[in-house]
Formats: sequence, C-alpha cells, structure tokens
Amino acid sequence: MMHHEILIGGFGGQGILFLGRVLATAGMLEGHEVSWFPSYGPEMRGGTASCTVIISAEEIGATVTDHPDICIVMNEPSFRRFSPLVKEGGLLVINSSLIRENCSRQDIEILKIPANELAGKETGVAETTNMVILGALIARKPILSFSAVKSALEEILTGKKKNLLSVNFKALQVGKNFEEKERQ
Amino acid sequence: MERILMKGNEALAEAAIQAGCRFYFGYPITPQTEISEYLSRRLPEVGGVFLQAESEIAAINMVYGAAATGARVMTSSSGPGISLKQEGISYLASAELPCVVVNMSRGGPGLGNIQPAQSDYFQATRGGGHGDYRTLVLAPSSVQELVSLTHRAFYLADKYRNPVKILGDGMLGQMMEPVTWEEIELPPLPPKNWAIKGKGEGERKFILCMELDPQELEKFNRKLEKKYQQMAEEDTAWEIFGEESDPHLLLVGFGTVARILKSVIREGKKEGWRIALLRPITLFPFPYKVVQKMAEKAGKVLVVEMNLGQMIEDVKLGVEGKAPVHFYSRVGGMVPTVDEVLQKIADILRGEGRK
Repeated sequence: MMHHEILIGGFGGQGILFLGRVLATAGMLEGHEVSWFPSYGPEMRGGTASCTVIISAEEIGATVTDHPDICIVMNEPSFRRFSPLVKEGGLLVINSSLIRENCSRQDIEILKIPANELAGKETGVAETTNMVILGALIARKPILSFSAVKSALEEILTGKKKNLLSVNFKALQVGKNFEEKERQ
Repeated sequence: MERILMKGNEALAEAAIQAGCRFYFGYPITPQTEISEYLSRRLPEVGGVFLQAESEIAAINMVYGAAATGARVMTSSSGPGISLKQEGISYLASAELPCVVVNMSRGGPGLGNIQPAQSDYFQATRGGGHGDYRTLVLAPSSVQELVSLTHRAFYLADKYRNPVKILGDGMLGQMMEPVTWEEIELPPLPPKNWAIKGKGEGERKFILCMELDPQELEKFNRKLEKKYQQMAEEDTAWEIFGEESDPHLLLVGFGTVARILKSVIREGKKEGWRIALLRPITLFPFPYKVVQKMAEKAGKVLVVEMNLGQMIEDVKLGVEGKAPVHFYSRVGGMVPTVDEVLQKIADILRGEGRK
C-alpha cells in the first residue's frame, strides 16, 4: 500500500514549505490522500523551517511523523536534527552545498546533491534550489510522476507568479539530470 | 469532484461564506489569523462586512449586534482572545442570539505559546463566562470536517438560538489537506421572527440579557435547560474507528489527537491489538452513553489529550466507574507521537499502566 512520510528541513527562505506544498498538491492530483503541516513558529527568513508531507492510499491519521521514510535536509541544523530519525531503508536527500558533514548511517540510502550550486549555475536563479532537490528526489524515488509535479506547479504558480513556471520546470530537470548522472 | 489543497483556517473561512455568514468581527492572534485575512478579502466580494475591531471585547459585542438583526455572524480567535470574549458569549447565550465562535487553540495558560493544544476544553464546554449557560461545541479533526462542521455550526446556532463554538487547534488551522466543495444540505429552519429589523415592521421587539425578577429568571433558565437537553437528545455526534465489535481497549480522543490515535490503531493492529477509538465530534453535548457502552465492551479505557486532563472528566462521568480509565497527555504545545501512545498502550495491556 502506498504510504510515504516526508520530512523537509532547512532555513526559512529556502522554500521548504513551498517544496512541501508542491509534493502534497502533486500527490493530491494523482488521487492520493495527502496532508501538509508546517512548522509555524515565529521564525521567518533565516530561522529554521520544517514541513511534513504525508502521501497515502488511506485516510491520514497523524500529520507529523517520528520516522520519515523520505527526508530532505537543506542546511546543517536540520541535518543534525532530522537525519537520525529517517526510517531504516529510507532515503535521506542532503543539500551538499550547505552540509559538509558526513552521514554515518549505513542503514539508509543517501543522495547528496549540491543544489545551491546547480540552481545558481544551471538555472541562474538561486531560489530554485528547492525544485532542483525535488527533481533529484523524484528521479531517485518515483513516488509521484514528473507530470504530476509539473501540474502541481501550474496549480500553485498562477496569476503574477505564472512567469516563474519555466524556471521551476528547468530546475526540476536540472535535479533529474544530476541524479541520472550520479546513478551511472 | 475536484479536490483543492487548502489550509484549515482558509477552508473554515470559505465554508462560513458558503454557509451564509455575511458579518465577521475579530482581532488577530496566531494561529488563526488566516481566518481574518481570508475573510477581509472574501466578505466584501459577497457584499458582507469584515471588521477588525479594536479588541476582542469590542468584536464579540459587535457579534451581539449583528446577531440581533438575524444575520449570520462569526468571530474567531485563540485561547487568550476567547477568554476576553467570555463575557459577551454569556450575554449572547442569555439573549438567545445565534452566532459562531471559533477557537483555534494554542498552548496556555496565560499568553502561553502558539503551538497546538487542547487546554481550552473546560473553557469551551463549561463556559468561562458567568451564569448557567452552555454553548454547543464542535470539534473538527480534518480540513474537510472544518468545512462540514462550520456549515453545521451556523445551522445549530439558528436551530437553538444559541452561540456555537468550533474548537480546533493550531495544527488543524495551519495544516493543508484536500477539500471538496459539495452542496451541504441541512434541514429547514424556522423564520427569525424575533430579529430586530428597525422601525416600521410589525410589533415592537426586545432582545435583552437581563431579568430582575427572580421568578421570571428561573422560568427563563428552565427554558434554557430544556434547550440544552434537546441538544443532547438530537445533536450529539461522534465517530467510532477501528475494532468496534470486540475491542480490548477503548481510546477516547478528539480533534488532532483523534487523528494520531487512528495511526496508533493501525500500528497496533500489526501487533494483533484490537482497539477502538471513540472520537467525540460534539464536546457539548458529550456522547456519555456511547462512552459507557464502548467502555463496558472494551473493559479498559485510555484517554489521550493535549492538556493536563480535561475531557477525561466527561469520559469518567460517562463510564460511571464501570471500567478503569487511564490517561496520557502532552501539554504546553507539544503533540503526542504515535510511538509514545503505543508504549502507553503496551504498558496498560501488560497491566502496568497507572490509572
């Protein structure tokens, strides 16, 4: 039965909540049950942010998780806090642009991606770091289709934000290409 | 049916519009400010009035005024703001004015913090204002239910001419889930022939919340009592989840906690545990009879709350000593985890859990 508990952590301003929202929307568009729960403390840009997304075939109970099977960490504080929680056999995606430490866990799969560098160099827009990571994640673990992720972006980026679609699509592709090269 | 991913607070606000709410008076406080924000944009679009009052006390008294004209009206806040509104809620109950009061509660006491909590259970179900009054209290547990119960809240307020509270928490207000917007049909309501419409229409009417003659006030309070009994008979609501026919443990939890308990039941099933969840949907009136029936069936009860033990008093009133009632809680804005509750259940089933 399809059931994924995804935890995303980083600095406020890195697009943690947005990344979660894209995942939740894409899951919904594919017909799954989904929930999205943000950390909503007083911190904004520069503080810590995290967000839990659950995508499941059945009614969702708890909206927070003790043991995510997929975890994305975009900075060192969230790496230290969340990497020990990842479920055995789960996937940890590490933004290696900002996380220099090594993960000593042998019981999980690790995907390292220099997302800040890739976003800056390949898309020219640093703010797309989150979508580079999402592209790599979906390529490594196809829990959702790329077309659903793109449709989710189309649903979220409307009105004045519509012009941001193409750079976000590009960022997804950059992440996907990186993961495919890594695998070879 | 199209599903839209929405934040709890925004879904509640849109549901209020769709239920015919055209007046909102409030004052911002986390974690419910998105309700105000959403309505400040949406109410003018439908010809309604959005007003950010100078204080919570002003807001609840504006609710009194709008309700007296027969309009559908709502206010929302979180714990500390609801405390300020209690005097007005008592006046509204006394004047028999329908309105909806939302509490997306947070950690207390005092200013506390902005994380989810259920520590306003007593405040919601026992009043908090003065005098012998009750408000219906609805406890949603998902974003979709925030929609359906908001419709129901306006309906029940009009049916009983009584304030109705929606008791959520920061988690329900801040989380997003898919919502479908289907027509919600509710039974017809009597005309509001008591409403004050201004000069020139029929007889003179009064809406008061004072009665100096004790004999008359006793009569009035007995009338309220009948109303509260009718609520218990006709509008008590609950959900049972998990092992309904032959449980060996009954869990009781509402709102956010009930969701966590559903995950607990699924995990427990892997261990062969037969557990039922009783989720009260109305906290007043409380489903006492169902609690007793299910507790007798299960033989053991575990109440889980995000407070120091408030609903457990109602559970014990329902159980009437017929089964041991255990308790687990996290407080101060902490949310219980599935693992913690599983551990507590393991202790109880081994006979080690303290009552």
